[in-house]
Amino acid sequence: MSNEIIIQGPNVAHTIEGATEHHGHEHHEQHFIWKYIFSQDHKVIGKQFLVTGIIWAIIGALFSVFFRLQLGFPDSTFPIMEKFLGEWAKGGKLSPEFYYALITMHGTILVFFVLTAGLSGTFANILIPLQIGARDMASPFMNMLSYWFFFLASVFMFISLFVETGPASGGWTTYPPLSALKEASIGSGVGMDLWLIGMALFVISSLLGGLNYITTILNMRTKGMTMTRLPLTIWALFFTAVLGVLSFPVLFSGVVLLIFDRNFGTSFYLSEIFIGGKALPHIGGSAILYQHLFWFLGHPEVYIIMLPGMGMASEILSNNSRKPIFGYFAMVISLIGITVLAFLVWAHHMFVTGMSPFLGSIFVLLTLLIAVPSAVKVFNWLTTIWRGNIRFSVGMLFALGFVSMFISGGLTGIFLGNSALDIHLHDTYFVVAHFHIVMGVSAFFGMFAGVYHWFPKMFGRFMNNTLGYIHFFVTFAGAYLIFWPMHYEGIAGMPRRYYDYSAWESFKQFQNLNAFISIVAIVVFFAQLLFVLNFFTSIWRGRKVTVQNPWGSPTLEWTTPIRPGHGNWVGEIPEVHRWAYDYKDDGNGNDFIPQTTPLRPGEEAH
Amino acid sequence: MSQTATTAAAEPRAWGGGRSPFNVSYGKMMMWFFLLSDAFTFGAFLISYGTTRFFSAVWPDANQVFRTFPFLEGYNLPLLFVSLMTFILIMSSVTMVLAVHAGHYGDRKTVVKWLLWTIIGGIAFLSCQAWEWTHLHAEGGWWGSFTDASTPVSAFSNFFNVHNTEVASQLKNFPLHGLQATHDFFNYFFTITGFHGGHVLSGVCFNIMIMVNTVNGTYARRGHYEMVEKIGLYWHFVDLVWVFVFTCFYLL
Repeated sequence: MSNEIIIQGPNVAHTIEGATEHHGHEHHEQHFIWKYIFSQDHKVIGKQFLVTGIIWAIIGALFSVFFRLQLGFPDSTFPIMEKFLGEWAKGGKLSPEFYYALITMHGTILVFFVLTAGLSGTFANILIPLQIGARDMASPFMNMLSYWFFFLASVFMFISLFVETGPASGGWTTYPPLSALKEASIGSGVGMDLWLIGMALFVISSLLGGLNYITTILNMRTKGMTMTRLPLTIWALFFTAVLGVLSFPVLFSGVVLLIFDRNFGTSFYLSEIFIGGKALPHIGGSAILYQHLFWFLGHPEVYIIMLPGMGMASEILSNNSRKPIFGYFAMVISLIGITVLAFLVWAHHMFVTGMSPFLGSIFVLLTLLIAVPSAVKVFNWLTTIWRGNIRFSVGMLFALGFVSMFISGGLTGIFLGNSALDIHLHDTYFVVAHFHIVMGVSAFFGMFAGVYHWFPKMFGRFMNNTLGYIHFFVTFAGAYLIFWPMHYEGIAGMPRRYYDYSAWESFKQFQNLNAFISIVAIVVFFAQLLFVLNFFTSIWRGRKVTVQNPWGSPTLEWTTPIRPGHGNWVGEIPEVHRWAYDYKDDGNGNDFIPQTTPLRPGEEAH
Repeated sequence: MSQTATTAAAEPRAWGGGRSPFNVSYGKMMMWFFLLSDAFTFGAFLISYGTTRFFSAVWPDANQVFRTFPFLEGYNLPLLFVSLMTFILIMSSVTMVLAVHAGHYGDRKTVVKWLLWTIIGGIAFLSCQAWEWTHLHAEGGWWGSFTDASTPVSAFSNFFNVHNTEVASQLKNFPLHGLQATHDFFNYFFTITGFHGGHVLSGVCFNIMIMVNTVNGTYARRGHYEMVEKIGLYWHFVDLVWVFVFTCFYLL
């Protein structure tokens, strides 16, 4: 009875109007504010996430340039830093306090604001309704709120950069006591308060978004779009949302307890502590408890960052190899495996906290088990491109880079997942190298692949290819040049988060290497600015898309008009008859068959 | 009625697309996933409480902490008041079921009646909680209380079961253990029951909004009372959480 209502959502009248608006010029134009600012169109909201994410990425990357200058050239001064940071870099020399603030905010910004909100916020919004065949999200209004909560979170986090005592500086994991005691460091005061408010708003945004993504995928697929005909992007975004909905609340609890410890005299995380010879009124808490709560989010968070890239890489690799994805079901099952295991491995971040070695061995086993679904995915990507008719588009290159980085970074995860080796490797540059390659660079490559590939759908124009190729090769080579040497530094025992390694006899030998890493990091930073330039100029100046389906893709988003209005399809939503990877001869000289084409007589469904 | 005709003619497969696989609206599905998410929030709180308690040498005894009843302060009535609170909250779930049931029949007046009783139940529960908090506060318990190492044991021994010789000797020999446990107990008690009470409060507010809508005939015009069902899910969940909170703080 109510099926139609369920499929089309509550504002169907509104959306159909939006769809036709583009063609019938008689219709009233929506006001700018409702069309582009407080928009309820999933495509606009996706772009809002993307642009906000890009701005954050520039800030986060700039921070890394600043602290790499310090790490690479600890004896030099850089007056330009004083221009940016003022008091914090007096005479062009970064202050130790602000060095910690920079690394803390670099982590917070990139992990949460860029690679969580900027990545799944963008692509879940843009791709889910388009690829499953829906006019919009289940609740466009909540979707809009999701962006604006993210925006508010961003405002608070941004303000925290400018307060007199600096932003939070206890590391992006904000372990107590540095985060719980206002007197512990200068960033532990107002900066930490703003961090907590920002993150609480962020959790709300993520929850509103995640609930929407899940229900939209389950409830609003078009006729014939069974779960097994979904593109892998949608599967990946689905499990990303599930991970977010189930893990962020635990961070929320952890943060609530932390707020009580900070402001109301409780001792959830604080045991007997003396500052300046004076005992603090805290007894009986455990700092380890916070680590458990944090990493129960923190580890699934890694997969929240990785899965969208995995989904998009699957799609783009298959599309540009002109071959069906290899092992579709294995891909889905490995996503399920990763999602389940993501919740069972958090304590491998805590091997050296005094955990029982027996318990540690269980977490070693569960951690190493993740290698199985990960390897399934890698081999399926490789077999997908095997003997493919490969088109080396920019998106494809980034998807290939994604796989390369995922392998390189994933392999070192096996070292770190071993609790015995971890005694030596924990908190060294080996860890820094590992997670930057596997969830930093790799996830960014997935994101870039997605941006280059779906840019024509987002803006009706292409991005510039030459700039794209330069961007790819500089970033790809640069990422390895930056992070590969860090493994050696880490194996030699060089700890992370130190301000100046030249003070240590044992780490002096890496001075030149550190300088080299810093130079490459700066080059790579400017290559990213090239991407930003390419992105924004292409929105208005890029080569126009003239055909509906420029990549020859079977999926539904390419059956919409080149510049779809709100509502996506003019007229009826197309019905789906086949899976998303039918790359084969259609009998008319095309090497793919769109999902909307009915099965030919005698043709077997996948 | 063409809609019914088409769906009856070709009912698509549950997962075949073009329909909800579980035959629920997106709103109800969102509510279920939200509750799942919220269950993790409470789970994290209760597990934190559990670990802290597990690592404590002694722990306050619920029969000692919660032994009073309003207007009967002199008597020893362990857990009687909280039993009343629990009864009130569970009864408010029953009235919510009746409201949802009436909604299925589109019986506006009955929906309003039972929603009103649910709201009264919620407010009664919150009032009881307010009294209990005030009472414990008067006994010295609060967030961040009992941290001064020079506090005499007599200030907190009334929260413990001193008839148990093991507990008594712990308190005598290691008074700091007792102080620490009392501190932790109240921190968790006020945080978790407060967080639950916040849920009840928001539930009461939602219930009032839904009741106003029902009175105004919003759902009668809409043709269904699904909003009552959704808020019902939330209300039952908050009740269920109380069962766990009650078990962890009062029974175990």
